[in-house]
Amino acid sequence: MTLLNNIGALNQAFDQEMELNPRIVIYGEDAGFEGGVFRATKGLQEKYGKKRCFDTPLAEAGIVGSAIGMAIYGLKPVVEIQFSGFVLPAFNEIVAHAARYRNRSHGKYPLSMVIRMPYGGGIRALEHHSESIEALFAHIPGLKVVIPSTPYDTKGLMIAAIRDPDPVIFMEPKRIYRAFKQEVPNEPYTVEIGKAKILQTGTDLTLVAWGAMVREAQKAIDLLNDSNISVELIDLRTISPIDRKAIVTSTKKTGRFLVVHEAVSSFGPGAELISLVTEDAFLSLEAPPSRLTGYDIPVPLPKGEHHFMITPQKIASEIKRLIAY
Amino acid sequence: MLSKTYDPLKGKKLEILSAEGKVIKPSLMPKVDLASVRKWYETMVFARVADQKAIQYQRQGRMLTYAPSIGQEAASLGAIIPTEERDWLVPAFRELAGWLQKGAPLENLFLYWYGNEAGSLLPDSVRMLPISVPIASQLTHAVGLAMAIDYEEKDEVVIAFCGDGGTSQGEFHEALNFAGVFESPVVFVIQNNQFAISVSRKDQTRSKTLAQKAIAYGIPGIQVDGNDLFAMIAATQEAVERARAGEGPTLIEAVTYRLGPHTTSDDPSIYRSDEEVEEWKEKDPILRLKRYLISKKKLTEDEDQALYKQFEEEVNTIFSRIEESQSPTLDDVFSYTYASLTPNLEKQLRNAKQFLEGGE
Ligand SMILES: Cc1ncc(C[n+]2csc(CCOP(=O)(O)OP(=O)(O)O)c2C)c(N)n1
Repeated sequence: MTLLNNIGALNQAFDQEMELNPRIVIYGEDAGFEGGVFRATKGLQEKYGKKRCFDTPLAEAGIVGSAIGMAIYGLKPVVEIQFSGFVLPAFNEIVAHAARYRNRSHGKYPLSMVIRMPYGGGIRALEHHSESIEALFAHIPGLKVVIPSTPYDTKGLMIAAIRDPDPVIFMEPKRIYRAFKQEVPNEPYTVEIGKAKILQTGTDLTLVAWGAMVREAQKAIDLLNDSNISVELIDLRTISPIDRKAIVTSTKKTGRFLVVHEAVSSFGPGAELISLVTEDAFLSLEAPPSRLTGYDIPVPLPKGEHHFMITPQKIASEIKRLIAY
Repeated sequence: MLSKTYDPLKGKKLEILSAEGKVIKPSLMPKVDLASVRKWYETMVFARVADQKAIQYQRQGRMLTYAPSIGQEAASLGAIIPTEERDWLVPAFRELAGWLQKGAPLENLFLYWYGNEAGSLLPDSVRMLPISVPIASQLTHAVGLAMAIDYEEKDEVVIAFCGDGGTSQGEFHEALNFAGVFESPVVFVIQNNQFAISVSRKDQTRSKTLAQKAIAYGIPGIQVDGNDLFAMIAATQEAVERARAGEGPTLIEAVTYRLGPHTTSDDPSIYRSDEEVEEWKEKDPILRLKRYLISKKKLTEDEDQALYKQFEEEVNTIFSRIEESQSPTLDDVFSYTYASLTPNLEKQLRNAKQFLEGGE
């Protein structure tokens, strides 16, 4: 075991997989020499050479499009989009091509590749650096969308993503890249994509979160320590395909459902979760299922961002409202 | 180097075979034997017949929308001839003659335009990506393939096509820039057929030639008479050799003309004149090669007519097989989105089957 933060866990996952699989190539803007602006790929060029870890011209469609070609050829590209806010020039490549090649070619050209990107707010960033656009990808058939929240999961899910036969969008909550450390096994291991994790069992309310919001949810539960409210906390971990069973089973047990996400509200992932809870656990519900989300506005610049952020206080208050319903 | 002699910035265009079927640049004539030329001619005629039949089927309501390649046979075919089986073809959606030359069956192409994805499942020996409907984004895939070829140190080359409209897309430029920076073994062929649906070439870009766009990316570019099979072979041969030698990409602009409509849903008479079409008919790549072959006593008018007849029958037979082919099953349409069905898809498939079986 080694004590690692999320960035360290990513770096170790890449290093170990590259060691095991010579067909893995890692690239993106600044991803080579510098090791990425967040240093997730640090040291890889030095260790594996420029052929396996390199910088590209500043062109997102070129990055994803060329990765598609590489994957068709049988390499395993793991490409970095510097910030999720800048993935949009590559959106065409992702949606029109990466998600569809297997289907388009009737199974002949599956694309095993990973497109990774830091996402989310709370780091006092410039415009376009704070959005949470997981729903855009989760809406597209053919993609898998993964978001880890802990170093253990980051390493295990990244290795699983690299080994996955389908294109995986790997969104990294940059706010917690270095926020805390955790003991992580030294050897490579996988965490299954498509499985949510129950972080804490409870009987009164099911609370679902992912990415940086998991930590905020935990803090909210701490705030409620004296209140006798028993919360079941689920880290969704994979936005698509969604772990419907885990959500429904828990909600049937607790009778109340709350989803917390940084993404804006309308047409967000919360809508999807509430829909499936209503479809499959309707008769167990003791309160309307609820979502606590960002507002339907562009994430404000740092001076106003606190209005947008989900805080433990907001979460605790929503939990109390649902319990008292 | 041809791209030096035929500098696109000076408006130079490579031509070898005149519209009258005469070799006007013997020194540049690629080394080809007449038997092969005759075979290539037959491939072009076969493509022409298949196109015309497809339009006919469509008019009869037996085929869906179809994008014919009529007039562009030489550009497509000539670019594939200098490649080997191990090389890759990345097509746009108008590459019938090249498609056939690459060894891909007409069945597949028809099946695709007939509305069945199974058409894109090509035999393993055919190194070719499926048709790409989004314009120009396939060029980055071609570069990725070429980057992977470099990575694996394989002796293979990628040949990728787009149209004149495609050169306006951002991804055209990203692809060329990537290929230049990484010196990837890829040959880009622009099929400049003068129109992107109704938008003419001059309304597409202020560049004098499309070939000169290569210069911005530090790679050679050459403008070629795309209706001249020999010029296309010569230019592509040099580009392929350069790519094989590790000298990086080339951009070839094939100047040609779309004699047919953009697709069967299009009416070209509203945006181009009959005179223009007539003028280009005189430069038809098939007519030109026919004149050449007749002058070389490798073809007679009678044989030519017999070819058309024979191919019409062959195409009819192939198309009736397509019409008799099975439609995709429910399982089929669910099967290829992920490696295995997600729980969500399993549920949707189960529900769909229950509905079908229960009839309610
Ligand atoms: C990204 C994108 N935008 C628009 C279209 C619709 N469209 C289909 S073909 C076409 C024109 C393409 O012209 P060109 O690249 O010159 O190729 P050609 O059809 O002449 O072979 C357009 C606009 C498309 N398929 N993809």
